[in-house]
Amino acid sequence: MTDHPLHLAVALSDVGWHPAAWREDPDGARRLGDPEHWAAQVRLAEEGLLDLVTIEDGLGLQTDGYGPQTPRTDRVRGRVDAVLLASRIAPLTSRIGIVPTVVTAHTEPFHVATALQTLDFVSTGRAGVRLTAGPSAADARLVGVRTFPDFTPDRLDDPEIVAFVEDLFAEAGEHAEVLRRLWDSWEDGAEIRDVPTGRFIDRDRLHYADFRGRFFSVKGPSIVPRSPQGQPPVAILAHGPLPYRLGAQVGDVLFVTPHGDDDLVRILSEVRAAEEEVRRPAPPQLVLGDLVVVLDDDPSAARGRLDRLDALSGEAYASDARIFAGSPAELADLIEAWHRAGYAGVRLRPAATAVDLPQIVHGVVPELQRRGLFRTAYEADTLRGHLGLDRPLSRYARTPDLVEAP
Amino acid sequence: MSPVPKRQVRLGAHFPGVNNTTVWADPRSGSHIDFASFVHLAQTAERAKFDFLFLAEGLRLREKKGLIHDLDVVGRPDTLTVLAGLAAVTERLGLIGTISATYNEPYEVARQFASLDQLSGGRAGWNVVTSSDAFTGENFRRGGYLPYDRRYDRATEFLAIARELWNSWPADAIPADAASGRFLAGEDAGRFAHRGEFFDVEGRFSVPRTPQVEPVILQAGDSQAGRDFGARHGDGIFTLPRPIEEARAFYREVKGRLAAHGRHEDDLLLLPAATFVIGDTHAEAEERAAEIRTQQVSGATAIQLLEAVWNRDLTAYDPDGPLPDIEPLDDGTAIQQGQARRFEDRQEKIREWRARAEAGSLSIRDIAIEDAAWQTFVGTPAEIAEEIDLRVQTRADDGFILVPHITPAGLDEFADRVVPELQERGSFRREYEGTTLRDHLGLPPAGTRRPAVPVPTGVPA
Repeated sequence: MTDHPLHLAVALSDVGWHPAAWREDPDGARRLGDPEHWAAQVRLAEEGLLDLVTIEDGLGLQTDGYGPQTPRTDRVRGRVDAVLLASRIAPLTSRIGIVPTVVTAHTEPFHVATALQTLDFVSTGRAGVRLTAGPSAADARLVGVRTFPDFTPDRLDDPEIVAFVEDLFAEAGEHAEVLRRLWDSWEDGAEIRDVPTGRFIDRDRLHYADFRGRFFSVKGPSIVPRSPQGQPPVAILAHGPLPYRLGAQVGDVLFVTPHGDDDLVRILSEVRAAEEEVRRPAPPQLVLGDLVVVLDDDPSAARGRLDRLDALSGEAYASDARIFAGSPAELADLIEAWHRAGYAGVRLRPAATAVDLPQIVHGVVPELQRRGLFRTAYEADTLRGHLGLDRPLSRYARTPDLVEAP
Repeated sequence: MSPVPKRQVRLGAHFPGVNNTTVWADPRSGSHIDFASFVHLAQTAERAKFDFLFLAEGLRLREKKGLIHDLDVVGRPDTLTVLAGLAAVTERLGLIGTISATYNEPYEVARQFASLDQLSGGRAGWNVVTSSDAFTGENFRRGGYLPYDRRYDRATEFLAIARELWNSWPADAIPADAASGRFLAGEDAGRFAHRGEFFDVEGRFSVPRTPQVEPVILQAGDSQAGRDFGARHGDGIFTLPRPIEEARAFYREVKGRLAAHGRHEDDLLLLPAATFVIGDTHAEAEERAAEIRTQQVSGATAIQLLEAVWNRDLTAYDPDGPLPDIEPLDDGTAIQQGQARRFEDRQEKIREWRARAEAGSLSIRDIAIEDAAWQTFVGTPAEIAEEIDLRVQTRADDGFILVPHITPAGLDEFADRVVPELQERGSFRREYEGTTLRDHLGLPPAGTRRPAVPVPTGVPA
């Protein structure tokens, strides 16, 4: 092992990240609402001793990028709520972290906080959440409470859009702050069941979140007692300064998208600079590089499969993340290089889950283990444990010194 | 003459609530938050072939005199998330969650219930409630206040939108034909647009058609507006237990509304909450019931129950002493928040209590026990089964949502001893016949109707 342990995550999305993946897995595509289909994938990831799986989601129907909903009929459409899916598969797995995606723009922080705490109870300490701001104007119309400007990549420099996006990230920051306060609002041990006085709880160990922000106010405490992990890890996918800042303020895990050697180092230094800028009190974020992966023992066959999927799709797949097509050993080389460059690990996005997830578990993981880079058994029972994060005391807890003071 | 098939009893299992009915001080009382407790109750209910598990909702911890109420169980999970987890450890049991229409938007709730229905293979149910208290609203960005009489108007439009969304994907929307590259049959799967008094929403719903299409809809609340909402839009009403004659009158009144909406008597089920105490003999059951009442109402709980009525601090009073002789405070403030009021007029309530206390020389705690401890069925397994069966066969109720007083094993004895008695009487299933909650409850598929018939008023022999 090197001085910092390697962390591996897999991002589950539909039947894979390549838009034509379903063409080679139509049965899987018909089973997107079948929990057993998902449970089998998560169990396989658990067999590979991965830290966590993320589950993609959004409020609305899947889209192609940020544009408006297109009327095309050749792409996978339709999915279930990721938090509920995570809870549905949690009892069917035992060690791996489960990290659903939650949109902050339209959800109630109170509902999200209690849902994640409940997922933490159902999974006995394996819950996390990936927060995403949710700028889509189409999503805003689904909810009907606010009107968002049409947000397309060509308008990114438009002052109206710049201000809108800044606000949206500020709102995401408030949302995450409310989650964290509510998660701490019951101290550990608040349930005392003191029969002589008839008190079920020690109300002095329950605390109001009393959050008042620009976008909302939330009173608290949570309706859910402090969950097994206390603070389920929060992850952010980040492509630039605004989300780097958000991650530095509220995140535990940051997914980033380096493409080559030059931005590999630059991104990491920008992330660390953002952490310094916000005077992050917590340990530095675990930074995982995202990669779309197309794997085959024969590297040319992997590249051939990507070409085939692109041909089925009618266009070359473009992703925010680097697309890797090659052998598990070649991917292990790349992961090793990123790890050496200071990354905590990678989040792999299987191009086609049915093919590439088994390749990760049976090919990439054993290769990394042979190199002494990756765990050969789970060493913890919780997601925080896998990530090497301590279970924090509630921010409202009296310090042991004060408790012991005469 | 062939025998008329007996009316079937519907049974739900209510996870014990955060109120004084739940006895936490008993040594057998386990965790109220660990998932294992929910699994135990759900698997017990499924073993006994219950129709469903039921979860209540409370979105702000209750307060008394500005302090978090600490005498009852405090803390509960998020309803939908725990139900989704329970779908993994049960196969047939219906899963009904209480969700307020007030602190949510229709799209989100429709999406969550469609997801639960999909992930449970058609076992989801929604107990629709509305709220208007600003106290709970402080936990929400959209904790908007609505006048009482507008709450059902908003809930009606809310539910109508949810139903539009649940029906927005045609049954054959996903051919997923790899050869032709056609995933969707049409370009408009999930498309909806709704402009109404309360909501203006449009787009495409993200969850394809689910096994039940629409989850079972319950309504909780006995007001005229609530009854009307249930009669028009509900599959069931979660109501209070009533003495049998009153229950029959309620049954006739509520079910009598159905024909006007073109609905059949059995399209709307009346399901009161009910508690139970079982004994080997009737005397033993009564003895246990008295013991439980004492556990449910401690001295401190008795004082707090009185404070709700007097609306003032009564901690100086001895629970074993006489009722306070001071007058209540009726200045529009509320000493307790986050809990429904259990009386209409505090002056009248106090007059009634004083008369009873005087007549029976009863203490504060005696009065509170009489008032707060509600025990619906007390007796031997055969007696309880007989009473339930009588009430269902004579159209007082369609079944009961049973509230055990102990977590998580409080339903075990009912499952093991009362259910077999009901099965012997031919009034309760021995095996599940269908797979969905609608199947269990004998409800028609969503969107279909049975011909309306007049509700019989006579009591069968």
